[in-house]
Amino acid sequence: MSLDRSDVEKIAHLARLQIDEADIPEYTQNLSNILDLVDQMQAVDTSSVEPMDHPTDAVQRLRIDEVSEENQRDKLQSVSPAVDLGLFQVPKVIE
Amino acid sequence: MEWEAVIGLEIHAQLATKSKIFSGASTAFGAAPNTQACAVDLALPGTLPVFNGEALRMAVMFGVAIDAEIGRKSVFDRKNYFYPDLPKGYQTSQLFHPIVGPGHVDIELKDGTHKRIGVTRAHLEEDAGKSLHDQFPGMSGIDLNRAGTPLLEIVSEPDLRSAEEAVAYVKKLHAIVTTLGICDGDMSQGSFRCDCNVSVRPKGQEEFGTRTETKNINSFRFIEKAIKGEIERQIDLIEDGGRVEQATRLYDAEKDETRSMRSKEEANDYRYFPCPDLLPIVINDDYIDQVRDSLPELPDARHARFMEQFGLGDYDAGVLSAYRNLADYFETVAQVGGDAKLAANWVMGELSKFLNSNDLDIDDSPVKAEALGQLLLRLKDDTINGNAAKQVFEAMWNGEGDADQIIEAKGLKQVTDSGAIEAMVDEVIANATPQVEQYKAAEPEKRGKMLGFFMGQVMKASKGTANPGQVNKLLKGKLDALCD
Amino acid sequence: MFEKTLAELAQGLNNGDYSSVELTDAYLNRIKAEDGQYNSYITVTEEQALAQAKAADETRAAGNAGPFTGLPIAHKDIFCTEGVRTSCGSRMLDNFISPYNATVIEKFNQAGAVSLGKTNMDEFAMGSSNESSFYGAVKNPWNTECVPGGSSGGSAAAVAARLAPAATGTDTGGSIRQPAALCGITGLKPTYGRVSRFGMIAFASSLDQGGPMTRSAEDAAMMMNVMGGFDGRDSTSLQMDSEDYCADLSKPLDGLKIGLPKEYFSDDLNPAIAQQVQAAIKEYEALGATTQEISLPNTALAVPAYYIIAPAEASSNLSRFDGVRYGYRCESPVDLEDLYKRSRGEGFGAEVKRRIMVGTYALSEGFYDAYYKKAQQIRRLIKQDFVDALSQVDVIMGPTTPHPAFKIGEKTSDPIDMYMEDIFTLSLNLAGLPGMSVPCGQTNGLPVGLQIIGNYFAERQLLNVAHRFQQATDWHHLSPVSAGK
Repeated sequence: MSLDRSDVEKIAHLARLQIDEADIPEYTQNLSNILDLVDQMQAVDTSSVEPMDHPTDAVQRLRIDEVSEENQRDKLQSVSPAVDLGLFQVPKVIE
Repeated sequence: MEWEAVIGLEIHAQLATKSKIFSGASTAFGAAPNTQACAVDLALPGTLPVFNGEALRMAVMFGVAIDAEIGRKSVFDRKNYFYPDLPKGYQTSQLFHPIVGPGHVDIELKDGTHKRIGVTRAHLEEDAGKSLHDQFPGMSGIDLNRAGTPLLEIVSEPDLRSAEEAVAYVKKLHAIVTTLGICDGDMSQGSFRCDCNVSVRPKGQEEFGTRTETKNINSFRFIEKAIKGEIERQIDLIEDGGRVEQATRLYDAEKDETRSMRSKEEANDYRYFPCPDLLPIVINDDYIDQVRDSLPELPDARHARFMEQFGLGDYDAGVLSAYRNLADYFETVAQVGGDAKLAANWVMGELSKFLNSNDLDIDDSPVKAEALGQLLLRLKDDTINGNAAKQVFEAMWNGEGDADQIIEAKGLKQVTDSGAIEAMVDEVIANATPQVEQYKAAEPEKRGKMLGFFMGQVMKASKGTANPGQVNKLLKGKLDALCD
Repeated sequence: MFEKTLAELAQGLNNGDYSSVELTDAYLNRIKAEDGQYNSYITVTEEQALAQAKAADETRAAGNAGPFTGLPIAHKDIFCTEGVRTSCGSRMLDNFISPYNATVIEKFNQAGAVSLGKTNMDEFAMGSSNESSFYGAVKNPWNTECVPGGSSGGSAAAVAARLAPAATGTDTGGSIRQPAALCGITGLKPTYGRVSRFGMIAFASSLDQGGPMTRSAEDAAMMMNVMGGFDGRDSTSLQMDSEDYCADLSKPLDGLKIGLPKEYFSDDLNPAIAQQVQAAIKEYEALGATTQEISLPNTALAVPAYYIIAPAEASSNLSRFDGVRYGYRCESPVDLEDLYKRSRGEGFGAEVKRRIMVGTYALSEGFYDAYYKKAQQIRRLIKQDFVDALSQVDVIMGPTTPHPAFKIGEKTSDPIDMYMEDIFTLSLNLAGLPGMSVPCGQTNGLPVGLQIIGNYFAERQLLNVAHRFQQATDWHHLSPVSAGK
């Protein structure tokens, strides 16, 4: 599987990663190599194999519905880059 | 050409759990920004979700109520996209294995016919936070209090053919979730909101037309308005030779209008995959049976019972059964007051009038169901007459006490002492010579109407407490005697 | 003092040979003097450490000391530590002072342990050489021109260089076992779900597992007694009764059946590694074990499956780093997209970006079945290989790594070359099985690690098997530094 420049740009956009123009050829090469590596899988017939999402067969535990968290806004927002009036600030969102 | 609309709805019902779907933070509405967003809700590095069992129970209740297949093994998936109100960069949802599979609800249309509407699925997911746009120049403020509130997304089949059907369907689902107590149904606060997918096609055509989606509609009235408008817009467009573009529109509740929405993820590539932080939810028949046994009476069943047990008409029974709290209220009034029809009249009449004019919910009524029942008892046992009952109700609404206290304090007890009534009647007749003369001069068949004046005078003299039947009888006898 | 194991230090504290404050102070001074050459710590928490040590001494004086009271250890900088920078080796979190404690940190705090500081690591645990850290490469104490392995390279180097008696690590594809092997220490990756992941910054959620990095199997057991156990805050935490990991340490190994996968001993294996591992297996035979060849036929598919599953999960797990609520935020973003792209583009290093992109691609429309689903199917085949093998033998043994420590910079230009370093370790993460690496020899002055793989929940057996070996051999006592005091 070989990727081209536009594939890498599209992926980088989906992942919201700014990539320097100059680095795109290297990323393109790296990603293509990795895809070549993983393409070994395609030789194996797995049509009858159920995908394995979790290492164990455990099932989801259910939490009791109770409020166990109290307001810790000041503490949690002490690490925030931009807060005003208790709200996280981002450049204007256009819907 | 004759056109047909095809409508499918996605309804997001916030589940009425105390805590969030994956964290122990409160779901209460209206707190100061980000005071109900804990480390998990903020997606702090290293934090993990733990699933709220009550959200599962509520989703299964809904599934059982609409006779749906329940997913014995359901799985949470991640829907990946970047948005500031989505702290993890993905929404935890259920794509591949939802908790509720195919089911159905029956709706009733204005012409009295019934139609069965398919529910494709209902799945659990987490709500996003809110972006506030008007507070800061050039910036948006993000409040994550709502992030992680459990949602049940209910997806209909494209079975609906008109705005009327769509509204009937939404109202029915609203009645079901509120009756089950799994959603507070408050549309103005966004607890119950609707995305409408609308397309049109020439009648008889199999294939669907291109659809548009209008998101976030939070009133019954606007669902109707938006769908009607969108159907007209699409038909006009096609008839003018244009084409419907697949698009997403957003409902702005404040301006009561839709506007075109900039796509959240242009490519719409959500890269769904099973959430590795959450394990499959596995439930067995016992669990489902227990939920089934715990279900309250559903609106359809209650509707039928109100007709059969209380002899109510179809319309009244429908109105009174649509909301669990209203239905419970009505049943209490009927039981205490001992007369279901009288209770229905009062709940849908006087009580509704006061609630509406004060913009109050049935739960917030200052007159509780037992108190109204007591009032109706006094009406039934002739302690007061209907006129006085309205006065007593108003006083109860204003917090002046219970029915008996108010009747006593205001002296509204009905006068049934025939001697006292007779004295008042005699006095009215004696002081109304011109009217008595007119009465005597009138054709006998017109005299009945003229009796009203004398009735009014006697009731006034008794301050509304005289028994109207007795007054009527006495007046008629005495006046007719004068005519002979 | 610096050559003593945790068990020996616990004895010394009990005997009153030294106080926790003295012990902690000695380590802090040693870190100050020596860590310049290894770069094994990102943050040294001197003040907090001395306060914890003082509190531990008071607990001991009051007669309430437990087995871990006053013992100093270091934590991989992936465990959120309240009030302390928790960077995950990334510029993205260089400014992140965690407002809460990971469960593992909380458990050590409750046990009365002293935290010396936070150890260096590959950025977001993505790497096998510790060269991807924002805080610079860590150097192998046996040869400072060589890598210590990764991603828990800081923890491995700190323990090897006697800058901490023990440390925590995490293992997503070998990140405890591989650096343990390359630095000559003992490392245990427990069964998936044994150690809570709450507060452990996620790389690949279905593969990540915390564990101990120590001087001996006995110390690893002591660490597990603190670290292990059910945690209600982690849905994937195993609901099992807590157990005493030290209980079976000394059981005899008579009749132990050891499986040797032929795929692990191919002709490609570095001869020096092969020789040391074979010698260790001979030692086990001397201890009463028997060996048999087994097969893990899908071994070669582990690397491809892993390099889809891990990046796919990572691409989603790392989406939360967006410059909005915490962490790095770019200067003067012009709009929302700019905020996201530059914060992430500038905050993440090259390897992290590479893996996010691979994962994003593997999950994207049209490729999900061919990559992600396929990898999850292969994963089941790999697990089944182990289940079949472990129905025939008690434990499986082989080399931890295909080579001893390599030179810094040697593999940075070719990511695939680096990925192949984990060929023997990452199949256990896919399967969720426990595994250990114990030092079993040296080649050219560099340590060699023996990997011991056990069945699900068989940590006590692994620790027993490792401990008996360490009773019979001295490899784990070899020290790269003459630090005796």
